[in-house]
Amino acid sequence: MKNKKYKQDKSNLIPLQGLGVMIKMAIRSLIGNGLKTWLNVFVLSFTFVLIIFMQGLLEGWNRQALNDTVKWEIAGGEYWSLKYDPYDPFSLDSSAAVMPATLKSEYNAHEIEPVLFSLGTIYPGGRMQSVLLKGIRADQHLIALPTNLLKPTSENDVPVIIGGHMANQANLKVNDLVTLRWRDINGTFEAVDIRVAGIFVTSVPTVDVGQIWLSLDQLQKMTVRPGASTIIIKSEDVSAQHLTQWPFKDQSELTKQTTAMIKAKSNSYNVLYTIFFLLALIAIFDTQTLSIFRRQREIGTLVAMGMTQRQVVGLFTLEGTMNAVLAILVGAVWGMPLFVIFSINGIHIPMDVSSFGIPMADRMYPVFTPTLIAGTMTLILIVTALVSYLPARKIARMNPTEAIRGKAL
Amino acid sequence: MKTIVEVKNLIKNFPIGTGVFTALKGVSLSFLEGEFAGLVGPSGSGKTTLLNIIGTLDVPSEGEVIVLGKSVGKLTPKDAAQLRKEELGFIFQNYNLLPVYTVFENVEFPLLLLNMNTDERKQRVMETLKWVGLTEKVNSRPSQLSGGECQRVAIARAMVKRPKLVLADEPTANLDAANSHNILQTMEKLNKELKTTFIFATHDEKVIGYLHRIIRLSDGKIVEDETPNP
Repeated sequence: MKNKKYKQDKSNLIPLQGLGVMIKMAIRSLIGNGLKTWLNVFVLSFTFVLIIFMQGLLEGWNRQALNDTVKWEIAGGEYWSLKYDPYDPFSLDSSAAVMPATLKSEYNAHEIEPVLFSLGTIYPGGRMQSVLLKGIRADQHLIALPTNLLKPTSENDVPVIIGGHMANQANLKVNDLVTLRWRDINGTFEAVDIRVAGIFVTSVPTVDVGQIWLSLDQLQKMTVRPGASTIIIKSEDVSAQHLTQWPFKDQSELTKQTTAMIKAKSNSYNVLYTIFFLLALIAIFDTQTLSIFRRQREIGTLVAMGMTQRQVVGLFTLEGTMNAVLAILVGAVWGMPLFVIFSINGIHIPMDVSSFGIPMADRMYPVFTPTLIAGTMTLILIVTALVSYLPARKIARMNPTEAIRGKAL
Repeated sequence: MKTIVEVKNLIKNFPIGTGVFTALKGVSLSFLEGEFAGLVGPSGSGKTTLLNIIGTLDVPSEGEVIVLGKSVGKLTPKDAAQLRKEELGFIFQNYNLLPVYTVFENVEFPLLLLNMNTDERKQRVMETLKWVGLTEKVNSRPSQLSGGECQRVAIARAMVKRPKLVLADEPTANLDAANSHNILQTMEKLNKELKTTFIFATHDEKVIGYLHRIIRLSDGKIVEDETPNP
């Protein structure tokens, strides 16, 4: 038998090889644990997929809501008449003002669209319903409303367009005639029969619920407010002007409420998957604690063979963290197909969401960004590593001679 | 021959409740390279405590223990681990094999810690398993082995890195007579051929029969140091 010294492969004497050895050991121990490992991995993978899915759904909802709001209502932002207060309906009549001359060229180029608001009442099927009348130019192109239908077909024709929810509420169909009553600037009540020229489908309730759209000229004539408007919608292609009588509200300001409401929803979902996450972490913590107790001899033996106690702590922490790595891999296997399917086909929301007050399409498309996926992976890895480290710390305080005999704890 | 271990007036105390128990009371001795020696005595005589201190798993309360030129009491945990990793082998009463690893992987483990390259590792492990007669069990797990086979794996694991010193704590305590003799013959052969120093802690008469030098301990003190089989 030869007793020669072994050849040390110096190219391998880098910290990574040590890490590779520890990873190999950690995986081997984890698989050796059998069912316990897979139960932990399953719960953690479920949490991983759930977090990504719910966050993706909320992100998709947020993007959809913002895109739809820009498309159907606000375009590049709005100038508001100085006295206009969206929370005070009684201010509507007094807030209408003539558009400033500095916006004339943009008006002519259809880069801005004035909108006049007024209150009215309709009487569909003998019932009485308060409505908000909005007048806009029939030939506008800034927002997606089918305003081309607002051109009258005859002298007495007063065409209007309404949203799908409004049509359901008032039980109106295309070409229905309904009586509209309003007050003009002098306080005189007037009435006319309006014709539903079109019903549009939108996810934006603020252009639909309780609203009737008609031609700007028509509404200005009806309310005896020539040239007046309440707000002026601006195209995204032009810059905003600073007008003291018409302060500008940009897209982020106008969508603040929508974003805040979606964020509130997000907070409630956070509670849900925090609970799942905690359950998984408790399981990992328990498994680690039991593992350290059962493997005292192994710990003592590793120290006897030349590992420092800190390295053994690192090994057990790595083992616990590998649960998260396995969970991410398992989650990717069953989660990815779901993400792809739902992001392409969307999810049908089978309920009337018009009362929510924020844009919510009946089919939502989740958005799973690389940041979301990477961020969730990082969160799970870090928290799992911490939860694995906490019980492993006691290895550093073990007496190796007692650990070898299985009597350290 | 070189001195491998030198123990000078070693005292080891353990706290018990509000008091102190002295396991070793001023022990002095030394071991030369290639010795096949044993610490013999009843339970509580201090033999395992002495073995643990020589193995750098514990430190002296007073006195000095020098192993391969290094003072055990002055080593940092990292230096002690380094010494164990490179120069010391351990054989335990309960084998202490890693249960989720195969025989090959158990024996390979010390070489992984030494960053040995893959090819040489494989060669070294197979060579060592051949010494202990377990080449056909390379893919077995410890749960599939008999007690004697487990202890032979433990010997292989201790020897695979060609240590200068092997410390064996009651290696035959869980074995029958036939297996005990088998194990001891294997270790004696390794001692002769590789000049590896073996120090046993035992009270088993079968082991005592193989020892070239017997150090008898009683109540923490050396009462006899004889060389019946030089």
